[in-house]
Amino acid sequence: MHEMSLCENILQTLQQQANAQQYSKVKTIWLEIGELAGVEADALRFSFDSVMQDSIADQARLEIIDIAGQAYCSHCAKNVPIQQRYDACPECGHFPLQIVAGDQMRIKQLEVE
Amino acid sequence: MCGICGCGEGHTHSHEEDHSHDSLDHDHHNPIDGHQHAAQHTHAQGLSPARMVQIEQDILAKNNAYADENRRYLSQRGILALNLVSSPGSGKTSLLTETIKRLKEELSIAVIEGDQQTTRDAERIRATGVPALQINTGKGCHLDAHRVGHAFEHLALSDHSLLFIENVGNLVCPSAFDLGEAHKVVILSVTEGEDKPIKYPDMFHAADLMILNKTDLLPYLDFNSAECIAYAKRVNPKIKVLSLSAKTGEGMDNWLKWLKAELELQRIDYA
Repeated sequence: MHEMSLCENILQTLQQQANAQQYSKVKTIWLEIGELAGVEADALRFSFDSVMQDSIADQARLEIIDIAGQAYCSHCAKNVPIQQRYDACPECGHFPLQIVAGDQMRIKQLEVE
Repeated sequence: MCGICGCGEGHTHSHEEDHSHDSLDHDHHNPIDGHQHAAQHTHAQGLSPARMVQIEQDILAKNNAYADENRRYLSQRGILALNLVSSPGSGKTSLLTETIKRLKEELSIAVIEGDQQTTRDAERIRATGVPALQINTGKGCHLDAHRVGHAFEHLALSDHSLLFIENVGNLVCPSAFDLGEAHKVVILSVTEGEDKPIKYPDMFHAADLMILNKTDLLPYLDFNSAECIAYAKRVNPKIKVLSLSAKTGEGMDNWLKWLKAELELQRIDYA
């Protein structure tokens, strides 16, 4: 259940940015969560509401932008889609592949007032 | 030492120090300060106050900043810190006590123990004669860089020493949290099944070394070591693997050699 910790980290960032960006309330938050980031979106949503309660992001809407997993296959010399870290290349069967996208978890933007 | 959280000066751990130094289960600076100041209303009249702010920041940015500070602290002192991760019951603490017995005469060693509850593991470590600090994470499923940074203050680490950070037994959550260690070392016991690396790929991806422990039990199991190592390398082609039995001592030599070599690398002053 480290989704709870992730939400606590998100809240810290929101509070840290509040002074710098001059806002007192967060209405919507957009997160980019990669398919390979090991984050369960449902668990994140569940934790989000309880962690944000009574904070500057109380009742904030959570928008999760899914980022597809992508890896570079050295045999095919191109990027290919993957669903798991250990996936083989869907075209030639080669592995291991080098992950190029989908392992990030980022706060992208906020709607604030 | 906590330049980021600003809690280094004057914060007190006295509620722990009254009775012992073996627990650090407080959360002394909850970031929720409860009195957020309303932003100045500088927006032009007539416009909705709602607006978009680009953040583009890693969710774990704060933890990573603490981890960077820990890493700087450790490297300035030539301390080798290892983050030991595994499922519960893989034999992490036994591996540590056996390692400490063999090295404590020649090296300075300290241990940070992470568990949800109890100080049992720290007591097992202290019985070997080296300092150990227990961090109880309560409901938490992993150690984070901030708590570990504060543990450094309590342990009074010597220069060029070896610091083992035994994480909470959990093959999922600790993988995401950098503590400032030189390496994550994942311990897998042969009683667990060879497919753990692909069942929990994030952890094996994050680790630099995998230790296959309890090899003395191999004759009684169907565990296929070669297959397990192949799975681990599939998730992480760079992972190194050692097989050993902390109980019989078989393979311990290679582990001790690895530790000494890594400690020696910490003495290098890079430009």
